[in-house]
Amino acid sequence: MSLSLLLLADGTLFEGEAIGAGPPGGVAGGEVVFSTAMSGYQEIITDPSYAGQVVAFTYPHIGNYGVNPADMESARPGCRGVVVRDLARLRSSWRSNEDLGAFLVRTGTPGIAGIDTRRLTRHIRQAGAMPCAFGTADEATLRAAAAAEPGTAGIDLVAGVSTTEPYTVGDGPLRVVAYDYGIKATILRHLSVFATVEVVPASMPAEEVLARQPDGVFLSNGPGDPDTLGYAVDAVRHVLESGVPTFGICLGHQLLGAALGGTTYKLAFGHHGGNHPVRRLRDGAVEITSQNHSFAVVDVPGTEVTHVNLNDGVVEGIRCTDRPAFGVQHHPEAGPGPHDASYLFGDFADLMLGSR
Amino acid sequence: MPKRTDIHKVLVLGSGPIVIGQACEFDYSGTQACRVLKEEGFTVVLANSNPATIMTDPEFAHRTYIEPLTRDVLAAIIERERPDAVLPTLGGQTALNLAMELVEDGVLERFGVELIGAKALAIRTAEDRELFKAAMVEIGLQVPASGFAHTVAEALVVAEEVGYPIIVRPSFILGGKGTGMAADADELARLAGEGLAASPISEILVERSIAGWKEYELEVMRDLADNCVVVCSIENVDPMGVHTGDSITVAPAQTLTDVEYQHMRDAAFACIRRIGVETGGSNIQFAVNPENGDMVVIEMNPRVSRSSALSSKATGFPIAKIAAKLAVGYTLDEITNDITGVTPASFEPAIDYVVTKVPRWAFEKLPGTTDVLGTRMQSVGEAMAIGRTFPESLQKALASLEHGRAGLACDPAEAALDEMGDDELLRRAAIATPDRPFHLEALLRRGVSVERLAEATRVDPWFLDQISLIVEERAVLAGFAGPAALDRAQWRRAKRLGFADAQLAWLWSVPEAEVRAARGDCGVTATFKTVDTCAAEFAALTPYHYSPYEDEDEVQPSERRKVVILGSGPNRIGQGIEFDYCCVHASFALADAGFETVMVNCNPETVSTDYDTSDRLYFEPLSFEHVLNVLEAESRSGELVGVVVSLGGQTPLKLAQAIEDAGYPILGTSPASIDAAEDRELWSSLCTRLAIPQPAGGTAATAEEALAVVGRIGYPALVRPSYVLGGRAMSIVYDDDGLLAAMEELSRFGSLGREGGLSASRPVLIDRFLEGAIEVDVDAVRDATGDLLIGGVMEHVEEAGVHSGDSACALPPYDLTHQVIAVLEQHTAAIAEALDVRGLVNVQYAVQDGQVFVIEANPRASRTVPFVAKATGVPLAKVAARVMAGATLAELRVEGLLRPPVTGGHVSVKEAVLPFDRFPDVDTLLGPEMRSTGEVMGIDATFGLAFAKSQLAAGDRLPSEGCVFFSLADQDKQAGLGVAVRFVELGFSIAATSGTAAFLDEAGVPVKIVVAKVGDGTGQPDAVDLIAQGEVQVVVNTPRGRGSRSDGGHIRKACTIHGVVCLTTVAAARAAAAGIAEWGRTTLAVRTLQEHHADGQGTLL
Ligand SMILES: Nc1ncnc2c1ncn2[C@@H]1O[C@H](COP(=O)(O)OP(=O)(O)O)[C@@H](O)[C@H]1O
Ligand SMILES: Nc1ncnc2c1ncn2[C@@H]1O[C@H](COP(=O)(O)OP(=O)(O)O)[C@@H](O)[C@H]1O
Ligand SMILES: [Mg+2]
Ligand SMILES: [Mg+2]
Repeated sequence: MSLSLLLLADGTLFEGEAIGAGPPGGVAGGEVVFSTAMSGYQEIITDPSYAGQVVAFTYPHIGNYGVNPADMESARPGCRGVVVRDLARLRSSWRSNEDLGAFLVRTGTPGIAGIDTRRLTRHIRQAGAMPCAFGTADEATLRAAAAAEPGTAGIDLVAGVSTTEPYTVGDGPLRVVAYDYGIKATILRHLSVFATVEVVPASMPAEEVLARQPDGVFLSNGPGDPDTLGYAVDAVRHVLESGVPTFGICLGHQLLGAALGGTTYKLAFGHHGGNHPVRRLRDGAVEITSQNHSFAVVDVPGTEVTHVNLNDGVVEGIRCTDRPAFGVQHHPEAGPGPHDASYLFGDFADLMLGSR
Repeated sequence: MPKRTDIHKVLVLGSGPIVIGQACEFDYSGTQACRVLKEEGFTVVLANSNPATIMTDPEFAHRTYIEPLTRDVLAAIIERERPDAVLPTLGGQTALNLAMELVEDGVLERFGVELIGAKALAIRTAEDRELFKAAMVEIGLQVPASGFAHTVAEALVVAEEVGYPIIVRPSFILGGKGTGMAADADELARLAGEGLAASPISEILVERSIAGWKEYELEVMRDLADNCVVVCSIENVDPMGVHTGDSITVAPAQTLTDVEYQHMRDAAFACIRRIGVETGGSNIQFAVNPENGDMVVIEMNPRVSRSSALSSKATGFPIAKIAAKLAVGYTLDEITNDITGVTPASFEPAIDYVVTKVPRWAFEKLPGTTDVLGTRMQSVGEAMAIGRTFPESLQKALASLEHGRAGLACDPAEAALDEMGDDELLRRAAIATPDRPFHLEALLRRGVSVERLAEATRVDPWFLDQISLIVEERAVLAGFAGPAALDRAQWRRAKRLGFADAQLAWLWSVPEAEVRAARGDCGVTATFKTVDTCAAEFAALTPYHYSPYEDEDEVQPSERRKVVILGSGPNRIGQGIEFDYCCVHASFALADAGFETVMVNCNPETVSTDYDTSDRLYFEPLSFEHVLNVLEAESRSGELVGVVVSLGGQTPLKLAQAIEDAGYPILGTSPASIDAAEDRELWSSLCTRLAIPQPAGGTAATAEEALAVVGRIGYPALVRPSYVLGGRAMSIVYDDDGLLAAMEELSRFGSLGREGGLSASRPVLIDRFLEGAIEVDVDAVRDATGDLLIGGVMEHVEEAGVHSGDSACALPPYDLTHQVIAVLEQHTAAIAEALDVRGLVNVQYAVQDGQVFVIEANPRASRTVPFVAKATGVPLAKVAARVMAGATLAELRVEGLLRPPVTGGHVSVKEAVLPFDRFPDVDTLLGPEMRSTGEVMGIDATFGLAFAKSQLAAGDRLPSEGCVFFSLADQDKQAGLGVAVRFVELGFSIAATSGTAAFLDEAGVPVKIVVAKVGDGTGQPDAVDLIAQGEVQVVVNTPRGRGSRSDGGHIRKACTIHGVVCLTTVAAARAAAAGIAEWGRTTLAVRTLQEHHADGQGTLL
């Protein structure tokens, strides 16, 4: 058990113990965000959308049921590190095959435990998500590292997580091309129920995508700031002009909005958790949703708002009024989280069938 | 969907007396419901027979009926009130079953009353296990293999199909009553019999046992727009096979992957939708096979439940309050979350701490029971604790139980397990009992592996490993020379694992104060966090706190003058809801008087732990360390006027001296006076000084001394320890053998020692036992100026010797002379004066042949305070609280809080409710040790009618005709004669045991049946046969031989089993006769408390 410190860019200091992999020079860092999900730490840690971020879990006991091959959202952890109050020493689940601690070490993911994560959360809630550094290095080094951390605004984090080569999953009747900005395995599982999904690099020009004559194009979730993804926005614009049914989730939703001329902006501390109430304006029903976004989009020409967050009114979903395209900011695939919004994949299938 | 405008008047059904499986959680939910409905502008009519509840305070409903909860009474109320709707989902199983009865015989239809919250079909589908299982299978959910049986023979057939082991579960029952596990056909035959008897529709489920699987509960809410949310998930530490009410439970679920949890959540929604619970909360129980994740549904409670109360306290999400709003039409998204004030209630709470609930049992008070836990609920209360981790919350919860444990072992009581061998201990741990957590700790400390323990107990390895963390830390701590040796990090680690200073003090054998001081020097002190439903994602408005050892303290400074009120902890026999009632009233009264009120308590069932009862709530154990933490936090700002310790029963009272010594003012009677009343020597000399007669007596620490005392005062004598509540371990001895046996029992280390009842400084008290004396309770309030208010003089029905908490009593007295009453009032005044009481005092007397003896005085709130308040309309607890905070009675009269007591007009009778139906092997004979769990109240024009109502409310319908069986002890025969005559006049026939028969015959009373001794082999029927055959409607059996092996024991047991009215004292029999006489003649009349109080006021001076 070696002493480890967590320093926020604004100088706030926390004391803890090092867990997981030892970072080079005893310094790890990134933009610290918190997740209020009480289960699903493995899915969260392996979600590429957390690229560039350090995830702090508000639930104190993390690792209780270990990790297992089935719950990986991608091949490796997406985040730069984890902050927990208490890392389980013994895992208990018939599904698991490895301790979380061992998993973090094996995958080179650093972490810090013993942290008053509630204090950290309250601080972020007031001061906003911010860069941090943590590790076994001395305080001065960490302070400097935290100050030097760039954060996530203005950086293209997608390039780092998108696939370099196209690949295909599922063999459903419909043909979907999915832009991979950091796509989650659970999304692919949902799509493959009705489609043969070809996952393509974020950088693939729209022409190449359309040349595949897909029934629909899917815009995946992913990390970071949509403003840095001009190339992706252009591609999405082309796709939309072609009239091919399009569905975007999270970052994909933001790119859809941007392509249509909407404005994206950064939330103070984002939405990260599994309990956010969202109103489906179509019939007023409330969905409890899984969320993980630091940015959002508003004022999108040619669309109507379909979903809003009941906690703070943030737009959670839009639909084009003049073409077959829609997107949601929250995560209908869950993984982790409630299944209330999974019908949206069905909506996508119907959209494609309808315009066949 | 906004509020419904088509209904205006709503009848809310309460849950009646506190019984095992149905405690004050339903006062909490009912109170919230009444509050909400009133706020929403509905006319609220409330029916509940339990006077000790907050909900039955006249101001919580417009029309409050403290009447028996039976179909006929409810029909009368409905006919009189003509409500638009009945809300049955907040009054537990009682209200639900009652609602079904009202539906079935058309009462609701006849008066056009709508059932809201849950419709009849939904209730039936959820409660009838056959319909329920069919419904679950229909929606593709798994249920344990099973079949239904209506006869024992059928049961055996089904068992062959599903295979042993079998669990038997009756339909329409509460708290697992009548359920059990059978390994083979013989056991099944016996169980099936009991089960069929326990089920109102004599139907049982014969089910394949899945004991050992993991057990979970989800609290689900649904609104009329079909929005569903899970408020809380609960994981049982004790696996399937131990009733959830008897299990240590933890929130949120700890060992489910998100995939499994979401699967369970989907199943829960499918279940509530299929069953069709339209609005409100439901509790759904699941079992999961730890080997492969198979999940089955166990049951659904289509109503607010004990777990809902726990979930509300665990998350800050007020289930009952919201359920009430949903019932009248609102949808979840239309209701704001009080705690954030900005977000809607249509969300799922995220919590960032661990909640542990530990049940509290009363086996020590029920000789003849084993403490083995099973599928029948047996606990009488529970404590909840909040910590940042499981070890922290577990240790706090165990400390909260007040069973003399400072946490998970590491205290004097741990010695009890030390002499046991590993195998013996492992064998015991394999059987679930209240001691299991301590068995686990001891085994782990001896190095038994987590695997072996998990194997033996089926407790999940994760929990066991967490307990090992405590065990390992203890070893580390034991390595330190003393408190001075620890550095900051070491202190922090120990406290974060929940070690109490008391545990460390014991470990290092130093005073607790030294531990606290050394810890403070290292800068390690408790920090307070907030329960906010959202894991700090949003700012919280509600100061609902708990204390882990973290970096940041969230207590907001306040400049107001504040009062800290200490609650009464977990419910137990002898200290129950009555004390929570008093604490809540103090909070209300002091808030009205402009104080900031701060509540400290650890009982999740209560109104006092509702976050909007007081200005601030600290959910903490009532141990000195934790209370002191709160006092320190609260005195950081504003003015701490004082601490209220005399309203929560013995629990806070025990802390009085230490709190005063720590420099905090105690409000009300001084600790010195409290001690003077408790300390035998001081008390006796005080009575002598006041020339108030006491039963002759003395104290003894040894058997020799005891014999000496008795030599002086003579037999029969009453033997008991000092400093206990509820007559704990009291016994009446008639000879030297009995005396020595009693001394032996008391000197042994046992549950008593645990309660801190016996020690050199706390000798055994021996009194001359006053036979055939009338017992009287007097409650009074005295202020600083010496002004005294007699709240009520209550005449007991059973004579002295039956604990005041177990005997019925009447207000006003029904046959005490004015002279005696005057003497009682003078003595009470003199005692209050001598003790310089500031606030409440309860004095108990025994009146023998017109001569008044004082039994004891308690300068604190008593069990009867709420009853007195309901009977007289004087809010005694509120008045007392104000007086403790400095007001005079005169001022309160002017202010209008203190109104003259309602006199005339009506008689009120309080009857105790005993748990014997759950413990068939316990002798029902009443004695000086209290065993009742709750009480009911009967109000009517005369004593007879009020008594009859109280019996009906307590579940004993007095018959209007039939046969009365007499079996009287010699000393009771003369008195019993009069009663027999009365029954004959009322048209009853008489049966009696030979001796009694001869005596009655002699006196000219016709005896129809003379009964043989039980099992005397002569073929003729004995009393037990008669009772079993339903030949007898009332049994009057006064103690001859004690103990359940005696004849009387068999007779009383038969009565319990066959539900025959059993009266164990002549006095009670006389009262019953009086009741029957008038009950027969008059037609049932129901009246509201408000009416009783109003017209009583009319007749005032
Ligand atoms: N098939 C079973 N095998 C083993 N234990 C069971 C089974 N069904 C229920 N139990 C145990 O019995 C307890 C009581 O059962 P439950 O259906 O919840 O009745 P109640 O209405 O009394 O709560 C449960 O909490 C569970 O621990
Ligand atoms: N000297 C006595 N003679 C007869 N009965 C007594 C005597 N002392 C106590 N009792 C009975 O025992 C019961 C319990 O005694 P009490 O002193 O009130 O203990 P507790 O503090 O538990 O209420 C009383 O309610 C009364 O019925
Ligand atoms: Mg149950
Ligand atoms: Mg008493």
